[in-house]
Parts: sequence; structure tokens; C-alpha cells
Amino acid sequence: MSTAATTETKPAAPVIEKIKVKVDGREIEVPRLTADWSGKLTPTTMIQACEQAKTDVPHYCWHPQLPVAGNCRMCLVEFGTPAMGPDRKPVINPDGTAKIAKSPRPAIACATPISPGMEIYTTTPAVKQMREGVLESLLINHPLDCPICDQAGECKLQEYSVDYGQSASRFVEAKVHKPKAVDLGPRIMLDAERCVLCTRCIRFTRDIAGDDKLGIINRGSYNTIATFPGTPFDNNYTLNTVDICPVGALTSKDFRFQMRVWFLKETKSLCTSCGTGCSTLLGSREEKLFRYTPRDNAAVNGPWMCDAGRLNYKWIQRADRLKEVQVFGKKNTWAGALYQISDRLKRAQAGSVAIIASARQTNEELWLISKLKAKLSAVSDSVARFGEADKLLVSADKNPNTNGARLTGICFTEIGSNLPQIAAGIQSGKIRTLIVFGEDVTKHGLSADLLAKLETLIVSDILPNETVKLAHYVLPGAAHAEKRGSFTNTKGRVQKFMKAVEAPGDARAEWEFLHELVHNVTGQNGFVTIEGLFNEMAKDVPAFNGLNWAALGDTGVTVQI
Amino acid sequence: MAITVNRKPLSFWEKLYLPAIAGGLKVTIKHAYGSLFQGKVVTMEYPEQRWTLPKNYRGAPYLVKDQDGSTKCVSCQLCEFVCPPKAIRITPPGQDGQAADRANAEKMPKEFEINMLRCIYCGMCQEVCPEEAIFLQNDWSHIAHNREEMIYNKEKLLALGGTHGGIQKWKHKLEEAEAQESFPVKV
Repeated sequence: MSTAATTETKPAAPVIEKIKVKVDGREIEVPRLTADWSGKLTPTTMIQACEQAKTDVPHYCWHPQLPVAGNCRMCLVEFGTPAMGPDRKPVINPDGTAKIAKSPRPAIACATPISPGMEIYTTTPAVKQMREGVLESLLINHPLDCPICDQAGECKLQEYSVDYGQSASRFVEAKVHKPKAVDLGPRIMLDAERCVLCTRCIRFTRDIAGDDKLGIINRGSYNTIATFPGTPFDNNYTLNTVDICPVGALTSKDFRFQMRVWFLKETKSLCTSCGTGCSTLLGSREEKLFRYTPRDNAAVNGPWMCDAGRLNYKWIQRADRLKEVQVFGKKNTWAGALYQISDRLKRAQAGSVAIIASARQTNEELWLISKLKAKLSAVSDSVARFGEADKLLVSADKNPNTNGARLTGICFTEIGSNLPQIAAGIQSGKIRTLIVFGEDVTKHGLSADLLAKLETLIVSDILPNETVKLAHYVLPGAAHAEKRGSFTNTKGRVQKFMKAVEAPGDARAEWEFLHELVHNVTGQNGFVTIEGLFNEMAKDVPAFNGLNWAALGDTGVTVQI
Repeated sequence: MAITVNRKPLSFWEKLYLPAIAGGLKVTIKHAYGSLFQGKVVTMEYPEQRWTLPKNYRGAPYLVKDQDGSTKCVSCQLCEFVCPPKAIRITPPGQDGQAADRANAEKMPKEFEINMLRCIYCGMCQEVCPEEAIFLQNDWSHIAHNREEMIYNKEKLLALGGTHGGIQKWKHKLEEAEAQESFPVKV
């Protein structure tokens, strides 16, 4: 198998001519064309040049992954281009440099293409005055709801007010009032007064989500974002508008009044709701999860994420989580249970053990299970989970790590094809021991009667289910938010995720007890850190050859699958 | 470099110490005579008797209500953030929490706790509050049977805090919005 591990996301782009521009006196080279939101090459704009020069240009309506609207005027900058003489030749200064003709008017950096020799000025007194003026204008009818606004702390109006705002308002007339707490859809709340009419949400839902539900109604200072009466804003990507809303106009109902954002610890993680494996940030405070937000990863999800995945976190902190190690229905310790299990596995006849792992487990855990499988000559498989896909992000494969299960040899191309064989083996008495990880196998063809025939049923799970009830050994596991590890998504992107909260009670990350079990059963040394474990796995699994934990970075590495 | 301070040598009378002792005794006898025969008491029967506190004394922080009897706190959690000894703990209402008891500002804390064992009366909470909802008042003595009782909840803090009138900005905003009846769309 090829071991071409690569961080490239797309085939090599066509060679694009580079041009030189100056940003605040510093010369940089930028490509003449840049891919826009749809991937089409369009002329590079001043704001993109400034971004490459690491110069911050404040903006509300511009977003790198949305069409350009140019309506907020916050990114106004001054610029100049090389002066041309009557002979259409550049005018040269006495010192040999090109003479720059400064434009008499400013331009919006987000929609003005760059040209060779252009000079962009972002720090002049005029630019500062323009920013102050635009900000003051945007704040005229703003309600200053910050104490009760969920956006406070990550609000562009607040941030730019610190830079360009005034301490007091000069506006003496009554502010225009608009509807507050408007129910736009099942997950979105609109506060029209806070809106700065940047139209990011409209462009997102029209062009990215493909569900043209939002628009602006009314005139002048009564402009309001709205849906058509009776048509709720309810597609599967609505919560992205909350992320891109630069102010607190669109807020998430799920996160509404839950916690102030500055208290949240943000942990780099992944969404486990489908095989796409969107990069996420988990917001938690004091061992409590509050929200998922997408994390920019051009190779996987861009800056977006679906609503279903984003809201699929409440099960992690359910009160009925498995918290105790149980041996034949009685509470036990990890040491006690693992000792007994290792003893039973060591005495088990070759071929009498079956393992049903879960494609919701991490690469490392599946690899450790494959070590057990090899030692015990066990038959193994996982459970397939398929649903509907969509055009944007949602994958038909609802397991986050089907490819990890395949690459580590836990299952074959057709996931779940061994399950009937395992059922038959239990029926005939050939299989005496079954190890189940995170799956309710009673729903996948192994009935309770069948499981009752087993000599030993070892179950590791997170939440109680029918299989757990029948288990001889219950090992409480950890959700992805409670451990570290890596997943391989449907496209072969290996990404790692970090731990946000502690597992409840005695629950432990599966890899922690698996490495102990592998050590006891096979005699092979365990790996006490996730880094060491991953690196060892990368050496052993051909597809992961050449990878190491550190090299995965924040956005992962694509492997050949 | 150390500086040597030249001290004036003690005189003969000073070396005797007796005049200083006599001076001290004079003060003691004066106060003893005053309290015994003239009723000039300098101590106080605490806790039955207490000091008159100066205005703006910074005692324990309590929550206040406005002149209409509504809770002023909107659960912005800035005091919780700024509190140096982490004495304040606020539980936000969440999306299905109890509705606020005043119009327009639809947020109110579900629970507001101040651990009076931790509080250092620094006044940062009062300074940071955008709603003028918490004030350091002239209460400096807290008595409880156990540590749990020293954590004052929202109910207790509001009862102790009393009323503090003010501009009522949320009410004012609502009145302003209602005055704009001509607003074109009712969603």
C-alpha cells in the first residue's frame, strides 16, 4: 500500500502569476488570482493582500468563504497606483522609484482587486477616521444589549469599539426599535435591533446551504432580516449563521443564556456524528460541555458544520452514564476486573473468542483490539451505520471511524459482514467468549438468548443498553470529549482530538485499559501515552506509516485508503 | 550602603525611665477615673452595641431591586468574572429558565451565590456591574452555624440588599419602542 501521507488537500493548482504590492510600506508578493468561496479563481482583493501581509483590516460583511457583498464599509482603506505619464509609461521619481498616484477617494478593501505596484495604506489618519465614522454609524440604532447578549465576548462590534469607538454616543434622538427575540426557526433566534445588515447569513444560506430562506424586508433604518411568513429557517446548516453573524443578531436557541463565552475553555476536537469528521471546538466550563462550534479546516469542513452534529453532545453528560466497573453484576475495581478478564482470555482456546468493536472508537483503540484479535485468533467485526448524505458535509456513513476499523483490520471492506458468522459461532458453541465495545449487539442480530449461551461476555460501553445488562464484565468507557485519540474519516483524513472534560465516576478511556489488557494477554509492552501509542500504531499499520502524533497538527493528514 | 543615624544620647532623667512610667500611669488613672466616676465609657458592648459606620462604607455585597421591585441583575456574569477571590457564582437561566420579572431585558439569574467566607469586600463587583444591581453595603458581620450557610443565595441577597432606584434603562427602552407604534412590521 502506498504510504504517501500528505497534507495536500487538492490537486496542484495551476501556476498563478504573482504580483508585487505594498501594504503600509512593506512590499509583498501575492498571487494575481485567488480562489473564491466557490473555488473559482477571481482577482485577489486588497483585503486578501492585507491578510497575507498580516495586516488586520476590520470588516463585518466580508467572509473568506462567502460571496463579496461590500456593504458594511468597515474595510475602507486608502491606496495608490503607479502614476502614468502622457506617454503611458510609469513616471519615475528622481530616486528611481515609481511615482505613486494616490487615489483621491478611499476604497473598500474587500471588493477592490489589486494591481501591480499598488500601495495600500491602512494606518493613515484618514483611514482611522473612516473606521470611526462607519462604526459610529453602525452603532446609531444598536441597542447596546451587551449585558444580556449571548454574543458579548466574541462580538465584532465590541472588538472594533475598543479600537475605533467612542466612550459616549453623540446620537440624541430616539433609537429605531425593531423586533427582539424573533423565532426564525427551530434553532435560531433573531434580535433585529442588534443586526448590522451585513447579509452574511443571507449569502450563507443562499449560496452555501442552498436554501434561500432569509432576506431583508422594509426600508431605510427599518431594514430587518426576515424569513417569508410561515416558512421557518430550518435547514441543517442554520447554526452556521450564528457563527458568522458578527454581532448578536442571530443566536443559537440551544446556547441561549447558557454561559458567557469568556468562561468557556475551547478544546480542539472532532464531530463524531458522521464519517466526515468535521473539526470542532468544544466549549466547556468546569467539566460541563456547553457547545460545539466548527473549527476551520479547509481539507474537511471549511468553516462550516451541520446542526445535527453540532447539537449531538448532550448524551455525553447524561446522568445514566456507566460509571462503575462491574463483574457479574457486582461493583469491582479496574485492577480486579482486568485481572480476571486477562486470566480468562489467556486460558481461552484459539478461535473461541469473538470481538465486536465499534467504528466509533479511535484508531489507537481499534489497533490495540487488533493486537488482541491476532493473539487470540479471534474473529472480529464492527457494526455498519448508514443514513442519508447531503451535498455539503453530511456523509452517509454515520460512523466516525469506519476507515480506521478497516485499516486496523477489525473489519473488512463490507463492514458488519462477519456478524452472522459470529452469531452462528455462538449458536454452535464454537465461540465461548465475546468482547463488545460500544455497540448494542442485541440490535444487530445477536439476540439476548444467543448472548446467554456465552461463557464470558465482556462489554465496554458509555451508556446503558440491553447488551450491557447481559454482560459478565462491564467496563465503563469514555466519550470522545473525555479522551484523546484520532479518527480516519471517509476520505482518509487522519485527525486527532483532545480531551475537554473528565469522564464520570470510574469510567476510563478505552485505550488506557486496552493497553493494559494487551500487555497482560500478549506480553507485549503497553504504551502509557497516547503519543507513544499512535506512533507505535503508525509503524505497524501500513496506511499510517510515516505518521506521528505531532505531525498530525490541528487539521490532520490525508492517508491513502 | 547602610546609613548610620546619629541618635541623641538619653539624658539622666530619661535613663531613669521613672518619668515615662509616671506619664503612662497618669493616662491610665485619668481613664479609670473617667469611666468609674464620670461615666465616660470608651469600650462598647459588642454585639449589642455597634459602631456608626461612615457613609460609603464597603461591607458585604448584596443584590438590589429597582423602584418597581424587579430584580436588576441580568446575569451578565461580569462580577463572577472579575471577582478576585472567586466568591461569586452565577447560574444563567438557560433557554428554558424562569422568565425575568421585568420587561425587555429577558435575562435574569437562575441562581446567584456569594460565598461570604471568600468575599474580601474589594468592591470590584459593584464597579463592574453594568446594571447597578450589586452594591457593597454596610454589613460586615456574618454569623452562621456552618460553611454552607455562609453561601448566600439569590433570595437572601435580594432580601438583604433592599431597593436602589435608578434610570431603569430596559423599561425606558421598552417605552421608547412602544412609542414607535408606526413601526411597519409586527413579526
